Amino acid sequence: MIRINCPYCGERDHSEFSYGGDATINYPSLDASEKEWTEAIFFRKNIKGFQFETWHHSNGCRMWLVVERSTVTHEIKSVKPSHPDLQKIVENNK
Amino acid sequence: MKTRRIDNYGKINRDKILSFRWDKKNYKGFEGDTLASALLANNIGIVGRSFKYHRPRGIFSSGVEESGALVTIGSKDRRDPNVRATTQELYNGLEASGQNAFPNVNFDLAGINNYLGRFFAAGFYYKTFMGIPPLEWGKGTAIWMFFEKFIRKAAGMGSASGLPDPDTYEHAHDFCDLIVVGSGPAGVAAAIEAAEKKLDVILVEQDSLIGGNQLAENDFDNSQIKNQLENLGIKIMTRTTAFGLYDNCVVGLLERVTDHISASNVNIPRQRFWTIRAKHIIVGAGAIERHIAFNNNDIPGVMTVNASKHYLNRYGVLTGKRIVIATNNDSVYETAHQLSEAGANVTVLDSRTNFEIETNKSFEIRKGYVPYNINGSKKINSLDISKSVTINKSETINCDQVLLSGGWSPAVHLLSHRGVKPKWDYNNACFLPSDTKENITMVGSSRGLWNKNDCIASGIAGTTDALNRLGISKTNYFFPKPGGWKNPIQPLYEVKYKKSRSKSFVDYQHDVTTDDVRLAHREGFISVEHLKRYTTLGMANDQGKMGNIIGLSLMAELLNKEISEVGTTVFRPPYTPVSIGALSGRNVGKHFRPLRVTPMHQWNIDHGAKMIEVGLYQRPWYYPKENETLSDSYIREASTVRKTVGICDVTSLGKIAIQGPDSTEFLNRIYSNGFSKLQVGKARYGIMLRDDGIVMDDGTSWRLAENEYFMTTSTGEAAKVMSWLEELLQTRWTDLNVNVTSVSEQWAGVSIAGPKSREVLNNCVDDSLVITNNNLPFMGVTSTFLKGNIPCRIARISFSGELAFEVYVKSDFANTMMDLLWENAKKYDGCLYGLEALGALRVEKGHVTAAELDGRVTIDDAGLSKMASTKKSYIGSAMRKRGVLKNNDREILVGFFPTNLKETFNAGTIVCEKNNIKGQGIGRITSVTYSPELGHWIGIGFVKGGLDKWKDTTLVGADPVRNKQMNLKVVSPHMIDPKGERMYA
Ligand SMILES: [Zn+2]
Repeated sequence: MIRINCPYCGERDHSEFSYGGDATINYPSLDASEKEWTEAIFFRKNIKGFQFETWHHSNGCRMWLVVERSTVTHEIKSVKPSHPDLQKIVENNK
Repeated sequence: MKTRRIDNYGKINRDKILSFRWDKKNYKGFEGDTLASALLANNIGIVGRSFKYHRPRGIFSSGVEESGALVTIGSKDRRDPNVRATTQELYNGLEASGQNAFPNVNFDLAGINNYLGRFFAAGFYYKTFMGIPPLEWGKGTAIWMFFEKFIRKAAGMGSASGLPDPDTYEHAHDFCDLIVVGSGPAGVAAAIEAAEKKLDVILVEQDSLIGGNQLAENDFDNSQIKNQLENLGIKIMTRTTAFGLYDNCVVGLLERVTDHISASNVNIPRQRFWTIRAKHIIVGAGAIERHIAFNNNDIPGVMTVNASKHYLNRYGVLTGKRIVIATNNDSVYETAHQLSEAGANVTVLDSRTNFEIETNKSFEIRKGYVPYNINGSKKINSLDISKSVTINKSETINCDQVLLSGGWSPAVHLLSHRGVKPKWDYNNACFLPSDTKENITMVGSSRGLWNKNDCIASGIAGTTDALNRLGISKTNYFFPKPGGWKNPIQPLYEVKYKKSRSKSFVDYQHDVTTDDVRLAHREGFISVEHLKRYTTLGMANDQGKMGNIIGLSLMAELLNKEISEVGTTVFRPPYTPVSIGALSGRNVGKHFRPLRVTPMHQWNIDHGAKMIEVGLYQRPWYYPKENETLSDSYIREASTVRKTVGICDVTSLGKIAIQGPDSTEFLNRIYSNGFSKLQVGKARYGIMLRDDGIVMDDGTSWRLAENEYFMTTSTGEAAKVMSWLEELLQTRWTDLNVNVTSVSEQWAGVSIAGPKSREVLNNCVDDSLVITNNNLPFMGVTSTFLKGNIPCRIARISFSGELAFEVYVKSDFANTMMDLLWENAKKYDGCLYGLEALGALRVEKGHVTAAELDGRVTIDDAGLSKMASTKKSYIGSAMRKRGVLKNNDREILVGFFPTNLKETFNAGTIVCEKNNIKGQGIGRITSVTYSPELGHWIGIGFVKGGLDKWKDTTLVGADPVRNKQMNLKVVSPHMIDPKGERMYA
């Protein structure tokens, strides 16, 4: 069972979370072209190893997190808030 | 029948006699027996028939590796098939029976299969019934499906009761620093060392007693160990199997709480399914003794050497009188000595020629000899032996038992669950665990240590490893080297006997023979994973506990490789079977999933509502008056709404509070239609698209104040929309100052619809001026009070197409609101209406719901193109224009009438062109209802090309599932009041 160390709640089972997706996508602006949007939402790297992905603590604090997880071993290297301002606050409180 | 129980042996309680039934006859055993030991004591040799050949099967082992004595325990709704007799504790009144035999295990009619063996070789069923070329996957599949039920009956094990399980099961959770699996010398040493170092320790043992394989020793007493463990505060869990290891040191345990007692107490769960989250795992799961493949090595009376030691010293049962032990290693000699001391005549065949062993000469040792054939069928008469594996100078020994030890396999299963491949150790002829980066340490004979002192040392080293990895200590440690016997083992897996119809079993449970392995090789199944699946070697209960190594060695020989090059299959959880009941725990029946009710749930029921599940919600379905059927009721309700007024609980809609200075900008981005100009005091219907341009959900947003909105979503998508909004704000538009809060539970909502709805509401609000057409026009919103000083929000929103209001109060006021509204609605001959009438009203209006917005439909498909703004960009605005979503032949929302207005149709009907009724047709009907207003059945759905293309053509509604067909007319989905004059009234 994957255990995710939520920066707000502590370490919890993955069943409390919902998987989001690739955390590295820079979504284009809303008026960007169909081509840019196609790139952003349909094309994904199939990474073997560590990748950054979003998880939602949906049965917890409801915060979106960026989780650095190995697709091979499920090892989790880091967990941060998705929101950059919250990331800074969490960093500063460490 | 003479008993095999002998005096002064065993740890059973001879003062406590237990009665049990085996195959409908009464027997006696003692407290402390397993079913297997009690059967052996009663001289019952045949306990089952084998999987394919229906050969008589006896008891091979004394533990979880048992692959012969699989029996059925209990009867009626408590019948439990495929239970290992070797691990089933005896209790008073236990009922058990043999399996896979008719009429019984001693005389089985299907035993004829034994003589038809060549038809039942590996892959027989598949080849014969499935792959009949050239019909493979065509007709052959149908033939297989026809024969399958007969095959399953003939080949197989016990059958489930087919009745609801009367027992309860529980899920439980725990945390600890260290979990130790196995209570042998290594596990106990590890646990004690860890507890002394102040770790919080759980010790798990699958047996009813702690001690591990020491329980087979004649002088072993575990009471002192138990005291020591308890005094150190170690949590001991017996009758508990660690069936699987998972990520992050999570261990799955199955605790058998009542399987060893007769009385079924409904207040105690039968089994408990534990999820343990540990910081470190130490596995001291022991090793499993292997057999040797040679002809007829499955005749009842064949057993592992260690098992007979268990039966002697733990249960006081001497399993044979004239015993031949066949081995290739040192581990059997203590047992040989003890068996002969207990009165058996013992001969040891040791395949090795050059070795030294100290004995008291109470038994004969035949150096260099191997067994190659057992004579007998239901019991052993004699054993043919040979000097060297290429059979020559054969000789026959009269005996009633053959004990085998082909070496020991460390139980590396749990580590394998983590994807750690074991490595072959040539010297010890076994797979040894590899190291892992995870916090898992293997100790004892699980890491190939054969003597007790080494095991104890490894336990202590294991805990030191754990402490180091947890950062508690930095101490050097070393594990003893694998092995520990005085003389090296000599690999011995098979003794070949080239005679027709010979059968040397590799996997007893599945009747896999050495010839099956060779056949698989000849047919090209040379990867071990393919070999496993083709022959079923090591599958099911066995999970490679006994036969695996023999199978691998045969494949290695055939491929001219070393076992290390052939590799091993991956062991998967569970280590031993886990019942479905334990997996589901308490999540059965009405607890299968959570139940959501609205705050006026009881009020609805008290007023005659029949309820229906919508997602997790219970919603009023219809409110029948006496003798009314569902359709009587909903037709009356829908008519009443159109004529006067109706009240409907809409609380299950998702409700989200959206607050903050950028709220308007936020809504403008997520909805396809414009929200930037929505005034305070107004609501707007809106559609949300996904990034890919498909419709996600529809709903309304009410502007309560400059920076505050109240959003409603559909019942089904409420959770998804909430997560979506949070995702956008936290990951994508992090510069927006908006806060979203789910308030679904906080507000109770009703819809009041119908021409008299304003008059009803007039009598219910404090100030009736606030709801006049001027003050509250269509899509107007107001925050006001119901009589009794109840704060409420009212919006003039219509789903039915009538003059209608949605009224929300805080959940605590739900019943008061319902009483107030209903009291006044009655004055206008109003009604309460449910989901069925709501559906009728909205289908008449052509309003889409989840039945239409199924995740494949675009805004244009739904006929809502005017809801897609051209003046702004929003989520999905670029992608909704991509080519595939703009094809001319997309299915577009339309209405349907049956051409013959007396006919009915069902949702799910496939719409086809006449003379081309096949496949998916050109469309589908998604929602249907009887329309009280129109006086006949109507539907909405989708058809390629939409109304314009088909309005003058008769189409066919094909409903092959219900064997129905009718002619259809395509009409506008807006079947009633298409200009919407009523709702503006
Ligand atoms: Zn959290």
